[in-house]
Amino acid sequence: MNLTLRVWRQSGPTDKGRMVTYKVEDVSPDMSFLEMLDVLNEKLILEGDDPIAFDHDCREGICGMCGMVINGVAHGEQRATTTCQLHMRHFEDGAEITIEPWRAAPFPVVKDLVVDRSAFDRIIQAGGFVSVPAGSAPDAHSVPVRKEDADAAFDAATCIGCGACVAACPNGSASLFTAAKITHLSLLPQGQPERLSRAKAMVDQMDAEGFGGCTNTGECTAVCPKGIPLDTIARMNSDYLKANAK
Amino acid sequence: MKYTEGPEIRDTKAPSGPIEDRWEKRKFSAKLVNPANKRKLNVIVVGTGLAGGSAAATLGELGYNVKSFCYQDSPRRAHSIAAQGGINAAKNYRGDGDSIYRLFYDTVKGGDFRARESNVYRLAQVSVNIIDQAVAQGVPFAREYGGLLDTRSFGGAQVSRTFYARGQTGQQLLLGAYQALERQVAAGTVEMHTRHEMLDLIVSDGRARGIIVRDMVTGEIERHLADAVVLATGGYGNVFFLSTNAKGCNTTAIWRAHERGAYFANPCYTQIHPTCIPVSGEYQSKLTLMSESLRNDGRVWVPLRKNDDRAPGDIPEDERDYYLERIYPSFGNLVPRDIASRAAKNVCDEGRGVGPGGLGVYLDFRDAINRLGRDAVEKKYGNLFEMYERITGENPYDVPMRIYPAVHYTMGGLWVDYDLQSTIPGLFVIGEANFSDHGANRLGASALMQGLADGYFVLPTTIGDYLANGPYGDVDEEAVAEAEIKVRTKIDRLLAVNGTRTPDSFHRELGKLMWDYCGMERTEESLRKALERIPELREEFWQNVKVSGTAEELNQVLEKAGRVADFFDLAELMCLDALVRTESCGGHFRAESQDADGEALRDDENFAHVSAWEYSPDGPILHKEPLEYEYVKMTQRSYK
Ligand SMILES: Cc1cc2nc3c(=O)[nH]c(=O)nc-3n(C[C@H](O)[C@H](O)[C@H](O)COP(=O)(O)OP(=O)(O)OC[C@H]3O[C@@H](n4cnc5c(N)ncnc54)[C@H](O)[C@@H]3O)c2cc1C
Repeated sequence: MNLTLRVWRQSGPTDKGRMVTYKVEDVSPDMSFLEMLDVLNEKLILEGDDPIAFDHDCREGICGMCGMVINGVAHGEQRATTTCQLHMRHFEDGAEITIEPWRAAPFPVVKDLVVDRSAFDRIIQAGGFVSVPAGSAPDAHSVPVRKEDADAAFDAATCIGCGACVAACPNGSASLFTAAKITHLSLLPQGQPERLSRAKAMVDQMDAEGFGGCTNTGECTAVCPKGIPLDTIARMNSDYLKANAK
Repeated sequence: MKYTEGPEIRDTKAPSGPIEDRWEKRKFSAKLVNPANKRKLNVIVVGTGLAGGSAAATLGELGYNVKSFCYQDSPRRAHSIAAQGGINAAKNYRGDGDSIYRLFYDTVKGGDFRARESNVYRLAQVSVNIIDQAVAQGVPFAREYGGLLDTRSFGGAQVSRTFYARGQTGQQLLLGAYQALERQVAAGTVEMHTRHEMLDLIVSDGRARGIIVRDMVTGEIERHLADAVVLATGGYGNVFFLSTNAKGCNTTAIWRAHERGAYFANPCYTQIHPTCIPVSGEYQSKLTLMSESLRNDGRVWVPLRKNDDRAPGDIPEDERDYYLERIYPSFGNLVPRDIASRAAKNVCDEGRGVGPGGLGVYLDFRDAINRLGRDAVEKKYGNLFEMYERITGENPYDVPMRIYPAVHYTMGGLWVDYDLQSTIPGLFVIGEANFSDHGANRLGASALMQGLADGYFVLPTTIGDYLANGPYGDVDEEAVAEAEIKVRTKIDRLLAVNGTRTPDSFHRELGKLMWDYCGMERTEESLRKALERIPELREEFWQNVKVSGTAEELNQVLEKAGRVADFFDLAELMCLDALVRTESCGGHFRAESQDADGEALRDDENFAHVSAWEYSPDGPILHKEPLEYEYVKMTQRSYK
């Protein structure tokens, strides 16, 4: 297949940035999207151009490092798929594809398609954990956990922290990310002692980072590669309200 | 490549006496650091995977002043995140005859008698605490309806001792460690440096006292000093270019420490995983693992006839060869990885492989779906099936998966003693980066166990003993400046070449060479060829590589070039190590050393030792550490 790419190029945080057009030829439908970009980058390097910078690592959809807005959709139109898992068989020969970075004020562009997502780490620092120093844990079977709860906690815990939810949200809200962690821990007996203080600290940090508010548009869950459900946000809000009522 | 042999090396830290008591004994004899002093002691931990993340968090909890480094934009993205199948622990929750002793026994045997008994026993002991710790952190392991933890079986074991969180066990365990780490960042005990790559170790007065790193965003070269340094930088499987490792996995940190004096042990011990998605084309950038847990319910087969190009569904039962079940009736599809991989290679070499190029075998779930129902199979393996379909465009509920072996894990690594300390005092090495516990072959679900055992439980004790014996004085400014200059010089050299080939094109060629000559099967001839070819290719690299951009910016080409340069040097040592070890053991299969059935034939008389290589500009120096087995009798492994 032959493709035309329109890619966001920005040399650094202070550069204004612009879209640049590239032609890519002989793309195999079995290639992954990132392999297609690898091929283009190899060419750019040899031509003495700056290759397109993008984050990636595991290339199997779990590290959360990659993320591009492809044709206006975070991670592309394929549902429940990270950019690295997207394959070229889903594109037509001759297609024109636009590729942009996550766009949100709390995720400043570092270079080209690479953004700074350290705000997510700070939200976790605020309370996304159970305080249990190594060596202090009781036997794992001392507290049985209902299978339904364990499974639901797992579903929320599969969040990979990629930031697609923020990129997709018209308000640039990080609610789905934050709610996923709050839900994971609040469904388990181990997470109960810190449940309300956790919700309050994490939500306050999310606001302090400059993420927007949630207006229930559901764009986040639609692009989430792990399908984190929207009802996690309701749970977060309810814990947050309870925490503030105290 | 010429090498010389130096004096034997011994692990002087493992206590003697009954094996059950050794770790208790060592813990008791380890000196303690006064709590008030801990705040004044600085420890650098490079790597935030299961090993480094858990170590940094725990050292922070203990009150040390910790600096943690990783090359990704967040510690949560370390390659451990990709582990799928599970983590072993000798909990014996099933009452199926498991015990610490059995896990110890299985691991020593699985490692083909090339691991230390003391280390492995400790690992089995500590495994129990890991599960407790993870559950307390909120790791959502799979559970049964009664609310208790579920387990599954894994290759090389006849008991069910593998704890799991669907197909995302590494992710959930790493998030547990990451959250503990971020808690310490908030508490001010850990200072986090993301997007920083370690490029050299600072050795002052013979002790590890810091590291030189490059800020991958600004390109700035920084120095960080400490009282001790911990490397938890993972494995070096990417020397093969194609592997199941994340793209950024590298050998740079451990290789540069090796150049500073840390011995490199058993570099040739590589694990080739039997169940990966086959290569689809030249552009392939990495290989994807299909978890070994699939072998619990999937059956491996190829057609009986050669070049049988019928669709799998059209091949009747009596024309299929379920070769693992046939050759290894007692372990069947659950034989250890090295055995399953070689068996797949053998049937493909016979011309019975399936799929493009005949480089594949079937992993079939038809019987499992009939027996358990599609729902049950989906619950267990849903995400893996999805992953497979995404990559290949085929649906494994209807058509059997096609799989082929791929490089997955490296048992070799920096040599460490029982305290996990390298031959450079003050340099500790944990997780996949060290060589310690898996011998010549690692059992499935044991890497996560080892990384967390090292990080949560072993290192925090042993490093305390080292630090309590300090202080070690001021760091020599000259040593720091020299390391910094060395790093800058290498970067400048890479940028100056301005040739006509990209770093990736060299890496691909090196990887292919390693796979062909130092892969699943090695011969004297192939290894000699590799040892001739690698220096030539390295020479070409330094004459003709093209690195675009500058050193003072985010430059992914420069990062890559630096890593490839180190892979060349490592590749050479791997081939030398493989050449010198003329026996077959575990993942190291020398075609010259096999029994009548084609199974790996060990040579205990000459090779019951660890090969620890010392770096020297005049060629490597080999030090042997003899291995003694007091508990598990050395036998030829049999899984028949
Ligand atoms: C696909 C896959 C599935 C697996 N499944 C299982 C399983 O089911 N069970 C099991 O037990 N094992 C499994 N393994 C093996 C296991 O995941 C790894 O061996 C283990 O996670 C390694 O952990 P680690 O902490 O040693 O290193 P890693 O997790 O690799 O972490 C390395 C860290 O070092 C940092 N780093 C590396 N180099 C540098 C540098 N130069 N400068 C700065 N930082 C650096 C990285 O940023 C990262 O933080 C699997 C492996 C793969 C590839």
